[in-house]
Order: sequence, then C-alpha cells, then structure tokens
Amino acid sequence: MELAHPSLTRTHWLRDRDLFDWLYAVALVIGAGLALAKYGAFMDVYDDIVLIIHVPALVAIGWYWKPFRGFLAAVAVLSLFSIWLYQGDLARAEQVFFLKYLISSQTAIMWMSALYFMATGAYWLGLLARSEFGEKTGSTLLWIGTVMGTTGLFARWYESYLLGPEIGHIPISNLYEVFVLFSLMTALLYLYYELRYDTRRMGAFVMLVISAAVAFLLWYSFSRGAHEIQPLIPALQSYWMKVHVPTNFVGYGAFALAAMIGVAVLLVERGILASRLPPVKVMEDVMYKAIAIGFAFFTIATILGALWAAEAWGTYWQWDPKETWALIVWLNYAAWLHMRLTKGLRGAILAWWAVIGLAVTTFAFIGVNMFLSGLHSYGNL
Amino acid sequence: MQRSTSKALFELLSSMRFAISLLTILAIASVIGTVIKQNEPFNAYLNQFGPFWFPVFEKLGLYSVYNAGWFLVILAFLVLSTSLCIVRQTAPMLREMRSFREHAREVSLRQFAHQAELPDALPFADRQARVAAYLTHAGFKARTSERADGVLLAAKQGSASRAGYFLAHGAIVLICIGGLLDGNLPLKIQMWLGSKQTTTGNQLIADIPESARLGVNNWSYRGNLFIPEGRSANVAVLSVNDGILLQEVPFTVSLKKFHIDHYENGMPKRFASDIIVTDDLTGESFEHTIEVNHPLEYRGVTMYQASFEDGGSTLRLAGRNMLHGPAAAPLELEGQVGETLRLNHPKFSYALELTGFTVFNVEEMGEGVESATGMARLREHLGSGAARQDSGREMRNVGPSFTFKLRDEAGQAREFQNYMLPIQQGGRWYLYTGMRESQSEAFRYLRLPVDEDGQIDTWFAIHNLIFDPARREELARRVATASFGDAPAAAPMRERLVETASNTLAMFGERGYETVGRFIEASVPEAERERAADVFVKILQGLVWEAWMSARERAGMEPITINEDRAAFLRDTLAALSDSLFYESPLYLQLTGYDHLQATVLQVTRSPGKPLVYLGSLLLVLGVFAMLYIRERRLFVLLKHEGGDLVAMSSNRKAIDVDETFERHAGALRDLLTPSQDGAAPDQTATR
Ligand code: HEM
Repeated sequence: MELAHPSLTRTHWLRDRDLFDWLYAVALVIGAGLALAKYGAFMDVYDDIVLIIHVPALVAIGWYWKPFRGFLAAVAVLSLFSIWLYQGDLARAEQVFFLKYLISSQTAIMWMSALYFMATGAYWLGLLARSEFGEKTGSTLLWIGTVMGTTGLFARWYESYLLGPEIGHIPISNLYEVFVLFSLMTALLYLYYELRYDTRRMGAFVMLVISAAVAFLLWYSFSRGAHEIQPLIPALQSYWMKVHVPTNFVGYGAFALAAMIGVAVLLVERGILASRLPPVKVMEDVMYKAIAIGFAFFTIATILGALWAAEAWGTYWQWDPKETWALIVWLNYAAWLHMRLTKGLRGAILAWWAVIGLAVTTFAFIGVNMFLSGLHSYGNL
Repeated sequence: MQRSTSKALFELLSSMRFAISLLTILAIASVIGTVIKQNEPFNAYLNQFGPFWFPVFEKLGLYSVYNAGWFLVILAFLVLSTSLCIVRQTAPMLREMRSFREHAREVSLRQFAHQAELPDALPFADRQARVAAYLTHAGFKARTSERADGVLLAAKQGSASRAGYFLAHGAIVLICIGGLLDGNLPLKIQMWLGSKQTTTGNQLIADIPESARLGVNNWSYRGNLFIPEGRSANVAVLSVNDGILLQEVPFTVSLKKFHIDHYENGMPKRFASDIIVTDDLTGESFEHTIEVNHPLEYRGVTMYQASFEDGGSTLRLAGRNMLHGPAAAPLELEGQVGETLRLNHPKFSYALELTGFTVFNVEEMGEGVESATGMARLREHLGSGAARQDSGREMRNVGPSFTFKLRDEAGQAREFQNYMLPIQQGGRWYLYTGMRESQSEAFRYLRLPVDEDGQIDTWFAIHNLIFDPARREELARRVATASFGDAPAAAPMRERLVETASNTLAMFGERGYETVGRFIEASVPEAERERAADVFVKILQGLVWEAWMSARERAGMEPITINEDRAAFLRDTLAALSDSLFYESPLYLQLTGYDHLQATVLQVTRSPGKPLVYLGSLLLVLGVFAMLYIRERRLFVLLKHEGGDLVAMSSNRKAIDVDETFERHAGALRDLLTPSQDGAAPDQTATR
C-alpha cells in the first residue's frame, strides 16, 4: 500500500528550515564559539554553561518566531559596533558622534523611549482611524525601539566594565535598569502575539503600559539621576541575580500585557471600540496565553529567588516583604488559571481580575521598595 | 448519617471553591506581615501602637504573623485541601489517562463542538489504513473498535498533561511540609511541651538557664553567632517573640579577622569573615573565609555572613563642659563599646552607655549644581551610563563616629551620635553631634564650628565665657569700649550699652535666639522688629568677638583682626551657641582616639526540610509546564461501511488553537481520503 500522500509525509522540523534559519544558527554557534575561545579565561564554569545553553535556546526562539532572527542580528551588530567605537575608553562616549548620538547606552535608551512613545501614537492612530498604515508604522517603530533599548543595555554592560573591572556587572541590578528590561520584555512578548494572532489592534493598549514604564524611566533618570552606573553591593554579587531577575521580568511583562488586553476586553464588553478591536474571544485567548507564560516564568523566578536567598541570607524563604508579595502575585494568578481552566470562567470577571492582578504585581515590583522595608534593597526611590 | 457528613466534608475540603478561598485568604493574611515590621523588639511595637492595641496585636500574633498559630492553620488547610484534591482526582485522572474512549457513540460524537464529515469515496479498508497511518504520523496513539456499522479509530495525545497535575499539586504539598519543618513549628512544639522557655537577652551566656538552651541535636533552627575578632563562639542566639534561646552548635568558630572593603565611591564592596572552625568532637580544625553569597556548610549546619557589629572597640573620649559657669578641664574617659561608664560630678550623675562605633561613614556631600534645562538637559543624559563628574555631588567618607546613650537617674535615656572629624558644609568645617529622644526619631544635629587650626577649642573657650554669668559685665564693658572708645565724654553712652549688652547676654543665656526673639516680639512694635533684631545680633556678635579676644589674651595669643573668614566663624559660633542650649547633655564627648575591634554575625541554620522543598520546586516547574503546555487532544474518526464518515475532536482546554488544530487534522484527513483526479489514487475502482 502506498502512502506517499502529502498529508502523510510528516515534514521534519529540520527539513523545514530556510536559508536564513541556518545562517542564523551558524552565526550563533560561531558567536558563542568565538566568545568562549577569546574570553573563556575570564569565565567560570557557570558562565560557560549559560553561554552554551543560550545557543540552542536562541536558535529555537528564532526558528519558531522568525522576526526574532533579524532583531537579534541587529542588536548584535549595533552592540558590537558600539563596543568597537569605544575602543576601551569611556570618554569616547562624548567624542564619537555615533556614540554620543546613537549607541552609547544612555543615548540608545533615550532613542528607545522616543521610539516607544511614537509607536504608541502610531498604534492609536491606526486603531482610531482604522488605518493599517498606522498600525504597521507602530509595529516598525516598536521593533526599532526594542533593538535600540536592547543595544543600550548591552552597551551599558560594557560601559560598566570600562568604569573598572570590579565595577562591571550585568545591567539588571537596580530599578532603572530593570525598568528598561521590563519595557523590552513587554514589547517583545507583544510583538510575538501580534504575529501569532495576526492582528496589530491590541498594540494601542499594550503600548500604554510600556509608555507608562518609559515615562517613569525618564522621570527617574532626569530627576533622580538613576541612570548612573553604580557598583554592586555585596548581596547582589551573585550568579543567581543574572538568572533570577530576567526570569522575573518575563513574568512581569506578561502580566502587564495580559492586564492591558483585559482593559481592551472590558471596553469591548461595554461597546467601546468594539468594532475596531479584535473579537473578545481572541483577546481572551491572548490574555490566557500571556498569563500562562507569565505564571510559568514567575514560578521559576520565585524558585530561583528562593535558591539565591538560601545562599545570600541563609534561608530559602523568610517572609521578607518582597518574597511575600511575590507569593501573593503567584497565588493570585494560580487562582486566575484555576478559574479559567477548571471552572471555565470567561468574560468581564477574568478581565477585571487580570487588571487587578497588574496592580498587585506593580506593588510587588515597585510598591514594596517604596513603602515597605526589607532585605531587597536594590531600588529605593 | 455519619458517612454522609464526612463525605460532605471531604467534598468541601477537596473542592476547588474551598481551595481558591484558601489561596485568597492566605494572600490577604500574608499582607499583614509585610505592613507590620516583623520580629522587632516589643518596645518598638508598644511605641507604635500604644498601650491599648499593643497587647491585642500581640495576642493575634501580628508581630510574628508567619509563625502565628492561625497562619499555620491556614497553611495546614491548604496542604489538606490540596492533598484531598489529589486523592479525589486520582482515580478519574488515571482513568482519563488510560482510556481511549473507544466506545463513544456516534450520536455523542456528532454533538462535539469540533466535528466534520469526511469523504467516503475510497474503499473501506483503504480508508481505515490511511486514517490509521495518519494518526500515527501525527503523533497520536490510537485504538480501533469494531462496531456493527464500521469502525471507530479513537486516538489521543498529550496525556502527560494530566501527569502535570499530580506533579504540580503534589509539589505544593511537599513544599509546604518542607517549609513547616524548617519554620519554627518544631521549636514551638518543644516550647509547648513545656521543656523550653525563652529568657531575656541582656545577661551573660553563662548565666542563661538550662531551660533556655537547646542541644546540638535540635534538628531545625536558625540563629545568630556573634563573634568579635580574636574570640570564638559555639552557641547561637535564637530570637523568639521577645526573648531568646541559646542553640549549641557542634563546633566552635573563631574569628581571625573581619573585612569590609569599599568601592572608590564609598559603597561597600565586600563583607568577609576569616574564621577557624574547630569540631568539638574530633578536635579537627580548618580555616575558611565566609562572604556574602558564599556560605559554608559543615556538619549539617550552614553558616552565612549575616551582618557585622562592633566587637568592643576601645574609645578614648574627652568630655567637654556644656554647662554654664566656670570652665572645667576636659574630662578624660576611656571605655569599650558595649560598656556602661558612670559619669559622677557634683552637678550631674549619668550612666554613659557606649552603644556603637563605625570607622567608615560614607555620605553624599555637596549640594549639587543647578541642572541645565531644555536641550542641554537632554544632552546631559546622552552618552554613557557613567556618573557625571561635575554633578556637584560626591560620596565621601566622613570618618569615624560613635553612638552612646546618657541615662539619668530616673532611667530616662537620650541617644547621641558624634563624629570624630570635622565635616565640610557650604565651604566651612564643623564637628557634628546628633541627639534624639527615642529610636524612632531622626538625629537632630548640632554643628560646632572648628577654628583656624581645625580644633573646637576656640568654640568651647568662647562658650565658657559667654555662658558664665560672672563674666557678663566684663564682656559687656569690652563691647562698649570697642564701640565708643574710652573717652570720658562717651561714658553715658557706654553705660547704656553695657546695660543693654549684659541684659542681652542674660537673655541669650536662657534659650538663645528664642528668648531674644520673644523679647523683641513682646516689647518692640511690629514695624521696627527687623531693625531691632539686627541690633541685637550686632550686639551678640560683638560679645562673641570680645569673648574670643578675651580667651586669646588669656591664652597669651596675639590679638587678631576681623576678616571675612572670621566673621563667618563668628556667625557659626553664635548659631551653635544658641543651639547648644537645647543640647541635653552636660558634656560634649569628643572622640580623641580608638582601637577598632570588629565582630561578625554569622547566621547558622539547620533546615532538614530543604531537600523536600527543592524537590517540590523542581516538580512544581515540571508540573506547571506540563499542565499549561502539553495539550491533551482526542481525535475520533468514525468510518462506516455505508459511508457518512465523521471526524471529531475534543480537548481538555477550550482555546482558539483547538479550532486551528482541528481544522488542520480535518483538512489533512479530507485530502487523504479524497481520491486524486490524476489517476494516481491507489484504487481506481473507487472512482465511479
Ligand atoms: C497553592 C495551591 C495551588 C496552586 C498553586 C495550583 C496551581 C495550579 C495550576 C497552575 C494549574 C494549571 C491550570 C490547569 O492546567 O488547569 C492547576 C490546575 C488544577 N488545579 Fe490547582 N493549584 C493549587 C491548589 C489546588 C487545589 C487545592 C485543588 C483542589 C481542589 C486544585 C485543583 C486543580 C485542578 C482540578 C486542576 C486542573 C488540572 C487539569 O485539568 O489538568 N488545585 N492548579
């Protein structure tokens, strides 16, 4: 019996790759190889492991979500260009045109901020005027802004080492840096769903929360000088920081995204913008997907935090306000998932719940640092 | 009757509603402990909440919420509810995982949300073979059930999603149990059983009774080991409620040296303790350095760098007179941090408690320069993330400081913080001394201006003259002479000024500027007050200047003339004289020397629940991913001899991707079962 029918030749995932997929993968392997060969002496075994794990992980993301390849390539080129322009001298940030006005860390982050604001405007224009052009512009600006912001973080990482080898550290150690990270994570998650669900109309809402974060960032930097690179206090000098913080921000970003979609759902249920936004069913699905990925990552992040705490403070859990609020956030979304998945709840209640969830998350993220005292001392306003 | 009650109870406890309520209650209860600072000394709570609420909150356990009985009960219920939920779900879930539902009836398949007709043109056996092959290719496990009118291929994938449920929920039970073991529940049980009792903190270790000591066999604890440099310790202190317990550890730790390294900008860079650990049983010993983020585990006990304190530094002090009246020579004192000295004097009697000493005090100095505006401001924020050099602010080490309490005979204490070295402020240098009534207040600082030699001797010399009633007349006379010369003709004016000046000085001696200000308000019409105040200030400055000159003469120093610097010193001196009247200590204690001795605080823990918690965490992650990302799908293909074939799909989740998946499978099957037009179909007879 012959079975060579097209529907039966299960396409092998390797055979499905196009040229760019392979180029991308090869570039990543070579990049990691070069890094290991050239800087291996400065890296400990954890650095090696983390670097090596990044290769398949990034390949997988790029293969699964194609635009990510271009994004990563652009970030790599710009970051390397920035590092090359520095030539090991921090003062060149003031002297070299491209550094001063494009890709030194602060400038790149300022570009990110400006592009994000413009993207917000474009998405709203697109939504209100039913203009596909507006939405596409928004999307493009958002991509470029994300490239700039990510480059900014990489440049900042390098700059911190130029300040002194003992000062150098990954730029996720204070409130300023993690706000940049938050904006980037939320933007990337949104861009993924935009393609996955083939609609740009939710962008207007998601951009609101990103813009708010950027506004805070600007205020924080202009009025408090928070953008200045500071050395790490002993408690933060740990490998765990590098894995704990980014994992957390996948969670925070996803929850923020879900909440903004929740707002859109609530508006549509009241008949506002109903004809312009995607159907409620689609938005609810995005909301669920976002909360699911956020919950999964937040679970890992909390566990990583516990492992770190075990090392830094001697106990994996000691009901420090930050820990406690992380637990509250986690319990909240666990309840949300139960309601949706096992009780089959839909509609306004879940949307409200997601919005309130963001309020709880925001408190855990910044409120705790502002109002409560504890051991998590990395960001005081 | 009995059976049905317990059944109802089981249903309730294992129900989703109950579980979600518990999660919500737990979340809310946890908030309390983040709002009320936990495990503070009871005195602090008494101050904060007052005598009425303090005992109420204490009864409710709000000062240690996470160890309160009621909180543990909620946790216990969560464990119970989750366990019962698992018990209840086990049988149905296992059935679900195993079953293919190959006995589903056609009518029920036709009611599925996802179902579609399939082409039935190919011969029956061919259709069945193709479908079976497709299902295998698409990653399904299938079972075939023959029926009278045809065959049902029941297929499924992603059953592991259900295993995720067991993993995640089992993990929660594990984590909670592990957490309970490591919490202070075991300790509480020991205390309930009556064998152990807390005691107060301020006594010698040797005096602490057996009932407050826990042996090395205690299997779960968390306490602090306090070790000064050059000393050793083998008992940790556990704080419980408002008392302490002593925990013996199976080894002795000696501190060789404690290190604090700083970055250039003064931020702390490294805290580390060089220790020697000696096993009490075998006598073996080894050296090790414990740092923040680099703990040491030995004999099942883990030691962490928790904090550091003064280990009893020796301080040398000069007590300088702050009372009114004739000058006294500075009082020489020496003591160790942690010690209480007696200050006995005909005029006062205090207990001086030396409470703390720090060598480094890194403060942000400078007022900052005006920020640019507009584009220039933006440009300042471009470039690298390095701190700007010209911001006008910098971090600076302002040198050693120490804290102490002065307790009077009634037991009332005031707390002071004195810096050893002058600190620059607005281009001038001062010695700072802070005072506060209670822990909850911030220090109020008195700044004593230092003289051209960088000493405070001049200020004290002036102070002693200005506030000595016996000297008033003399100073007033000097001012008068300086103003009007000593010509006899000016005598009436001089006399008037002498009177005014000595009255002013008497007033100033009461409460400084405050008394003078009140006097002006009471006796001068509003319109002229400002001028009057000017006059008083001029007179006071004249008096201070004369006191200064008189002190210099007495010390046999050259007379000096006024200049800008000295005028500034004069103003500062006057302000400090006025403020010093509110400084509630008969002495200013100047730190003149010290021998620094550090102590480290290591936290020692034994957490038998840790492996359980870590295992639970791993299972939790696996379980959550399995539940959320493995999709359970069931595909049913009903093939009938008579035609009228059907494909239907069910899933445990309602999501949009179920629609997509169904479309994909149904489309593929449709393609596969449609005889091809070009004659390549394997069996031509099917095409009529
Ligand atoms: C701290 C406590 C709990 C947490 C964090 C938690 C977490 C979760 C999560 C994340 C899911 C995934 C959503 C899903 O796939 O359906 C889930 C599912 C579920 N939970 Fe819980 N849960 C907890 C307690 C409970 C309790 C006490 C019950 C008992 C009533 C329960 C019953 C269920 C059931 C029946 C499912 C659906 C399983 C499935 O259909 O695959 N959970 N839980």
